[in-house]
Amino acid sequence: MIGDTFSWLTDPAHWQSTSFDTGIPGQLGAHVLYSMIALAIALVLALPAGLWIGHTGKATWVVSAANAVRALPTVGLLVLIVVIIAPHFYGRTNAGYLIPTEIVLVLLAVPPILSNAYAGVQNVSPAVRDAAFGMGMTGPQVLSRVEFPNALPLIFSGFRSATLQVIATATIAAYVTLGGLGRFIYDGLAQQDYPQMISGGLLVAALALVADLLLALAQRYTVSPGITGRMRRSDRDGYDVGPRGGPDSRVAVLNEELASEAA
Amino acid sequence: MTGPALAAVPLDSASSSPLHFFGYFLDHRSETLGWLWDHTWLSVVPVVVGLLLALPLGWLARRYRWLYPPMMSVSGLLYTIPSIALFVLIPPLLGLDPLTPLQVPIALSLYSTALLVRVVADGLGAVAEETVQAATALGYRPVARFFRVELPIAVPVITAGLRVAIVANVSIVAIAGTIGMSNLGALFDQGFKLSVSEPYYPPIVLGIVLCVLLALVLDGFVVLVSRWLTPWRRAVPS
Repeated sequence: MIGDTFSWLTDPAHWQSTSFDTGIPGQLGAHVLYSMIALAIALVLALPAGLWIGHTGKATWVVSAANAVRALPTVGLLVLIVVIIAPHFYGRTNAGYLIPTEIVLVLLAVPPILSNAYAGVQNVSPAVRDAAFGMGMTGPQVLSRVEFPNALPLIFSGFRSATLQVIATATIAAYVTLGGLGRFIYDGLAQQDYPQMISGGLLVAALALVADLLLALAQRYTVSPGITGRMRRSDRDGYDVGPRGGPDSRVAVLNEELASEAA
Repeated sequence: MTGPALAAVPLDSASSSPLHFFGYFLDHRSETLGWLWDHTWLSVVPVVVGLLLALPLGWLARRYRWLYPPMMSVSGLLYTIPSIALFVLIPPLLGLDPLTPLQVPIALSLYSTALLVRVVADGLGAVAEETVQAATALGYRPVARFFRVELPIAVPVITAGLRVAIVANVSIVAIAGTIGMSNLGALFDQGFKLSVSEPYYPPIVLGIVLCVLLALVLDGFVVLVSRWLTPWRRAVPS
């Protein structure tokens, strides 16, 4: 089975798109595109909202409401919205499936980004915030120059968690007849072509790992070393800083869940 | 509008109204209850397995500190793999049949273990050093101290992790329904296939309602167990 999967993956025919079949690069591109559209929309909606709620302490119910959405089963939501929207589109367009998929992906990506941006700003030490105000900074300055950089590790963990969930769920988009890497999984299953199905699984897993790695790198280079504690490790010998800011996405998921439970 | 309107819906009617989900449930009771049962054990058993594996692993990670970073990296990596990918990757890795129904509980047990190892290790790590020393001074041996002092104190943190794991499982199990596994996800599959020409909502809405109810009930059960295990937390008003 492993050998068959390897030969399926290395077969050049599967790397080219024909008028009947989309090859691996084509489906990978579609998968990345669906994911990026959803993440961009979710980021634009949720990040400013989360920062503002954390900064002002107003409308915290929005965070709880967004988190309540997470109890809904993803597949059920996807199928429901597809069934509602798809009949309104006719002809040679996949908008009837693309729009519902994007709605579900955005719904999934908003809660982690929103609640982590909120929790990140909330968790900034009051002493730091007071010091910034005491230096004469205005509210927006405190938010952008003090609270935002301090909240960045949590914001990143929320965004990484959102990215993983979006990539995982974009796979299920293939179930509602859309493209993406999930196509290989569902087509392989339907045709009992298990090497194809397993290759699809491998490709999705690889995409998720690479995306998380890239975000971990971005986090390492954007978060101030004064916040992650990477500076301290070198100048204070023997001081145990603990596992902070490392490339551990599961920490992201858990932190974000626990943050949402506290909210 | 619930009472009279639902009563007015005749059995086996083809009403496609979303509110007809209860009538749909009555028409397909034995099938749906079977799926509900499958969904329940698929959500609960992996969490129990995960906890049983995570307790010794989390203890090891505390006892031998050098084990903590590699263990967290492995479990983090595991959690990065999307569930549907893990479902189809497990059979070839373990040499099982590609469509074995075991792939779902195995995948979910892996996720639950990965999540809970960290929770157990951090929960045990949060036990105050003074408490451990006091227990030692009272004559507790390491094993008794672990089960009667450190573990009970870590219970609130561990149950918080259990709640996250169990609610996540309910949603992930439904995903397995799209690759033909028998659970509440099959209702979504059914609804999707019945909606080819025009929308047919009842099975889809029924699936969502039952999934949310199941998640709430299981979550509430973990909360109850947690309160029962930590009577001292109720004694002190916070």
